[in-house]
Amino acid sequence: MSSIPSGPRPKYLTVGRIGMYCFILVCALFFLMPLYVMVITSLKDMDEIRAANILNLPKELSFYSWPKAWSQACTGFVCEGLKPGFFNSIKITVPSVIVSVGLSAINGYALAFWRFKGAYFFFGLCMFGAFIPYQVMVYPLLKIEDALGIYSTLPGIILVHTIFGMPILTLIFRNFYVSLPIDLFKAARIDGGNFIKIFLYVIIPMSAPITIVAVILQVTGIWNDFLLGLVFAGRDNQPMTVQLNNIVQVDYGVAEYNVDMSATILTSLVPLFVYFISGRWFVRGIAAGAIKG
Amino acid sequence: MKSSVEVKNISFSYGKTEILNDLSLDIKEGEFMVLLGPSGCGKTTLLNCIAGLLDLTDGQIWIEDDNVTWKEPKDRHIGMVFQSYALYPSMTVEKNLSFGLRMMGTAKDLINEKIKKAANLLQINELLKRKPSQLSGGQRQRVAIGRALVRDAKVFLFDEPLSNLDAKLRAELRYEIKKLHRDLSNTMIYVTHDQIEAMTLADRISVMKDGLIQQLDTPKQIYNKPANLFVAGFIGSPSMNFLNAKFDKSNQNIIVGNKQIDISKYENINNMINDQKVVFGIRPENINIEKNENSIQCKVELVEPMGADTLVWTSIEGNPISIRLEGSSNFNLNDEINISFDINKSSIFDSKSEERI
Repeated sequence: MSSIPSGPRPKYLTVGRIGMYCFILVCALFFLMPLYVMVITSLKDMDEIRAANILNLPKELSFYSWPKAWSQACTGFVCEGLKPGFFNSIKITVPSVIVSVGLSAINGYALAFWRFKGAYFFFGLCMFGAFIPYQVMVYPLLKIEDALGIYSTLPGIILVHTIFGMPILTLIFRNFYVSLPIDLFKAARIDGGNFIKIFLYVIIPMSAPITIVAVILQVTGIWNDFLLGLVFAGRDNQPMTVQLNNIVQVDYGVAEYNVDMSATILTSLVPLFVYFISGRWFVRGIAAGAIKG
Repeated sequence: MKSSVEVKNISFSYGKTEILNDLSLDIKEGEFMVLLGPSGCGKTTLLNCIAGLLDLTDGQIWIEDDNVTWKEPKDRHIGMVFQSYALYPSMTVEKNLSFGLRMMGTAKDLINEKIKKAANLLQINELLKRKPSQLSGGQRQRVAIGRALVRDAKVFLFDEPLSNLDAKLRAELRYEIKKLHRDLSNTMIYVTHDQIEAMTLADRISVMKDGLIQQLDTPKQIYNKPANLFVAGFIGSPSMNFLNAKFDKSNQNIIVGNKQIDISKYENINNMINDQKVVFGIRPENINIEKNENSIQCKVELVEPMGADTLVWTSIEGNPISIRLEGSSNFNLNDEINISFDINKSSIFDSKSEERI
């Protein structure tokens, strides 16, 4: 009897499987290497950094680089560390994310359900907009903002982030809404909903998954942005990334690698945090956005 | 009787594809009208046009002596039930039912009263606090019907409401919709591709194909006197048997290959001309197994017992013929049988125009 196959199929550890696990392990180590170097370097003092091998663990743990990077390191002529940049980044990111996600949701809803004349053309325009490298538009936008008198201001940089976020976000929302059953929308119209009411009472309560995706995309994208922050934010609103660059790119004195590493880790904490708490959603975001991440 | 919904010469096209062309339909007050047809015949499009969810290319729609052609769906006094139920997933059953009333700004007491009434009628009292995802298909469709009910709609529109349900539930809800119509006597327009639903529910059926109404009549008339070959073939299960034949005026016969069938008792035989090519149609239950001077001898080729009935398959000159007999009848493969046709109940169509003669 025992020779007859019965019950669950037994699992064998084949050579192929072992090979696959080895490969996965090597890949993981390879990608973890920079993070490892960053963390251990930030925990060494400068003497040890100059003397020892870059991959060795610190002989003596020293934490002084962390508070220095946060509140004392020099960014240009000012020596207040990354702290002001952190709060600038928050001031830029929060309104930019809210405005761009909100407007894109309405746009996507209109494109998906209220097929106005030229909707397809507009949809194509969005596709096109999502694929234009934004460096091309930096100079014209700068001139426009200058003419509007908001160049180098907080509203200026928020506007720029909103503009650049909207094509891709509109696409994401539109594609999500198209996948909702159209009968729901029809039922809501018969039940007496107009454009705004249907959006508020029927569509928004169903938008949670895609909104999370959009927020993740925007938070990481805007937080990590360097170029737009450098060009449009102005001296008073420089985001964390720009200040990080100023710390790392020293023109005089000694390069303090441990402070640089601490500052870099501090700057990337927000996106890292977002990645970790939102793993599942983030993957969806990549799939939905496909080109920005 | 007064008209409730009047569709006047409407046309509708998606881009260049014409779905409906110059279609008119007059639905009486309190009537249960079924739009029946295969998929792609335009029946759902017609319903959506009546609901105002699609803009007409041409024509007018009147509901209760009011030209609603340009009116928003919410201002047409209609309630609609969808195949996919279309319940708002984030709202409880109660909120689903009250959504329309809340949008109109109805007073809370009145809303509660109406919900109570509808819930009683549909026996969904216990479900009011649940979300749609916690309901079965049949319960969801009850709620969807309730949503139309609380709005005091003058006209109920049903878009294949039972197609997503299993056979048993479908029969149950069909019965309840019929009862609902008996009790409320609202005008109801019901789209389906299921002929049993159409036959059982309708006061009148409008059989559609390619955006045109093929026949508009009572279920009985449509079943017994189909207006053309399409209607004859579409209505009835098992479907009508067809034989290609030629009319022989002198003998009042039709000739199928080597066989002759006497049709002298056919009601409209005088409209037929000699040598006219026709299609002879006869329903499986109108064929008798008996030997007489007009009977045709053939062989049993297949037997399908269906419980209440037994379907016996044979053929005449290569054309398959099904015969519906009592469930108790006993036939075996290759039995020799003699069959005769109930000519009174047959239908004869011109082969070219496919219209009934």
